[in-house]
Amino acid sequence: MPPYSPVLMGEYNFGHRHLLGIEGLSREDIEHVLDLADTYVELSRQADKKTARLRGRTLINCFFENSTRTRTSFEVAGKRLGADVINMAVAVSSMRKGETLIDTAMTLNAMHPDVLVVRHPESGAVQLLSEKVDCAVINAGDGSHEHPTQALLDALTIRQRKGRLGGLTVAICGDVLHSRVARSNIALLNVMGARVRVVAPRTLLPVAIERLGVEVFHDMKAGLKDVDIIMMLRLQSERMHGSFIPSTREYFHFFGLDYEKLKLAKPDALIMHPGPMNRGVEIGSEVADDIDRSLIRQQVEMGVAVRMACLEIMTRDLGNNPPVR
Amino acid sequence: MIGIRRLYRNARLLDPDSGLDGPGDLLVEGDRIAAIGPTIGDGLGADVEIVDCAGLCLAPGLVDMRVQLREPGAEHMESIESGGRAAAAGGVTTIVALPNTEPPVDDVSVVEFLARRAREAKLAKIHTYAAATKGLAGRELTEIGLLAANGAVGFTDGVKAVADALVMRRLLAYARSFDQLVIQHPEEPSLAGAGEVTEGEIATRLGLAGITPAAEIIMIERDLRLVAITGARYHVAHVSTAAGIDAIRQAKAAGLPVTCDTAPPYFTLNETAIGDYRTFAKLSPPLRAEPDRRAVVEGLRDGTIDAIASDHAPWDQDSKRLPFSSATCGIVGLETLLPLSLELYHNRHLTLIEVMRRLTVNPARILGLEVGRLRPGLAADLVVFDPDAPWRIRTEAFRSKSKNAPFDGRPVQGRVERTVVDGREIFVREG
Repeated sequence: MPPYSPVLMGEYNFGHRHLLGIEGLSREDIEHVLDLADTYVELSRQADKKTARLRGRTLINCFFENSTRTRTSFEVAGKRLGADVINMAVAVSSMRKGETLIDTAMTLNAMHPDVLVVRHPESGAVQLLSEKVDCAVINAGDGSHEHPTQALLDALTIRQRKGRLGGLTVAICGDVLHSRVARSNIALLNVMGARVRVVAPRTLLPVAIERLGVEVFHDMKAGLKDVDIIMMLRLQSERMHGSFIPSTREYFHFFGLDYEKLKLAKPDALIMHPGPMNRGVEIGSEVADDIDRSLIRQQVEMGVAVRMACLEIMTRDLGNNPPVR
Repeated sequence: MIGIRRLYRNARLLDPDSGLDGPGDLLVEGDRIAAIGPTIGDGLGADVEIVDCAGLCLAPGLVDMRVQLREPGAEHMESIESGGRAAAAGGVTTIVALPNTEPPVDDVSVVEFLARRAREAKLAKIHTYAAATKGLAGRELTEIGLLAANGAVGFTDGVKAVADALVMRRLLAYARSFDQLVIQHPEEPSLAGAGEVTEGEIATRLGLAGITPAAEIIMIERDLRLVAITGARYHVAHVSTAAGIDAIRQAKAAGLPVTCDTAPPYFTLNETAIGDYRTFAKLSPPLRAEPDRRAVVEGLRDGTIDAIASDHAPWDQDSKRLPFSSATCGIVGLETLLPLSLELYHNRHLTLIEVMRRLTVNPARILGLEVGRLRPGLAADLVVFDPDAPWRIRTEAFRSKSKNAPFDGRPVQGRVERTVVDGREIFVREG
């Protein structure tokens, strides 16, 4: 495992009590997370994957919305750091009994966790909860607002393959309207100096999206021209009230990623997807499974490393003791 | 029986109805205004109680045409008693309550209940609108004739628009037969959908579902066509967009019987007040972009907007301390109606008497109530206020049972000193 380095890990002042979003993070903040995450990528590839840096710390995964991959990723990250990880599927317990979010926050707070990892179906709910607890809160996705660790893991994935983020052209394609992943990625990529495009039918783009620092395209052929990275978004049918697209068949025809559309991007363009994929809706299977072009599995691997980095950074200043080795 | 005689001396008399703005005295005998004049102090005898106004403004008490009380049904958020006290502290002497109580005001018995409770409370005068449709469900008309005969002053589905065009047409046509006012919440609900804020950059950044501001004008323009067909008296509540106000401006110019009001949040705040998901700034219609806020000010200035109402919407903590999309819409406003409206005067958009016109005689006329004027023989419903006194709004000090307002700490000018209803002083500032 990498040696503990105070220069790399201890001296940088992250300066944020919670990780609620990418908005508000500086370039240095983001690079700090990515640099630390690089070391955890190495660690996770070894036979002995465990450190004791979070020994004695308690991490509660508090998911008000169903999730398997993000929750598991945080769980693995916490356990590799030696923390005690508790999973609470709140979606099926207290909220059903009418307990309010703030009551739940108070209850959890009384158990003295060191980190709460929270996902909630409503935008802003994680921030509301963070105002009521003493520990660090990591946003694992709130409504259509932010999903910061996803953007960080996407950045790490890109950086590992391309060596940089600045100067790249990234197309974010699909259901931007309902996507917290898109908002976090737009914020992060802008801070890091990438050029960001969004490509979607007008019904799946929020008004004034260009104000967030993106070029807007409604046609995949134009939008994918000469891009370095293609981020496909999941069509979030569960968040859709009413008809945003006529059919998934038509959607795939015009906005789904297949080899024909991929040809317009740079020859070495890479494909990403935050998962879970709707095969044949936003992405064709053969593209998704192309090991030369698709980074989808690497994203999952980077997810654990980035979450380990975030957990360490958020707990670093908590106790009076230096991190335990 | 005359009852009490009370002389308000050394006042700056403000009566928008007659245009009077000057120093003078006002004599109250019993529950009526007995005399108004430059000096009526002499020869009144010893039984007259003297109130020295020391040059402060004496105006008709405010007529607030859009207030939600939560009685019956949710008295823990606001009762007729607590709402009446809040009104008194705000200089409001006449309230018109929305029918969205539990049960809703869609039946004569509820109108009678409210009238009885208001008589018992002996605070501000409380009138009520009745539901336009049974159960506020937007389908079947209520008993408009009977409800009007029992005191309902207008018909509305409250915080919900009457969405169905055919129902609206019949409502307007039927209401016209009884010369009744129809009040609309101007938002096309199918277009607003699950939206919670005005669509645009702020909504997009926060990941909140947006509502196009066009939802307002689409509803207003549809209704104006129906008003043209039916000739009914039609009132648009809390207008908040430039396009909506302009449509009303043109309709008035064309001679349609249309009036409208707005509420202080729409000319004192814009959508940036939402900040980081502040549920106290969640309203329906939602706070708008800055150009719309300015259009509201302009509409008030040129008279397109007839009245300012508080749009008082009391909610307890449990309704507001929630994620933004789960929180309820609305703010309390009875106690801040006057100082927030006076910002229009202090910012030199309107003269003092024009601000007062939109708070008194204009809403009274729209509602057909004989209040809101300083005239001998009318009920002595008065407010004494200092138009310049500076203070900071403290929501904790509200008399209202609910404290949901985004104005906590806001510096304002204009403070109520006394409120009088039917000759009774229901509020006198202490200290």
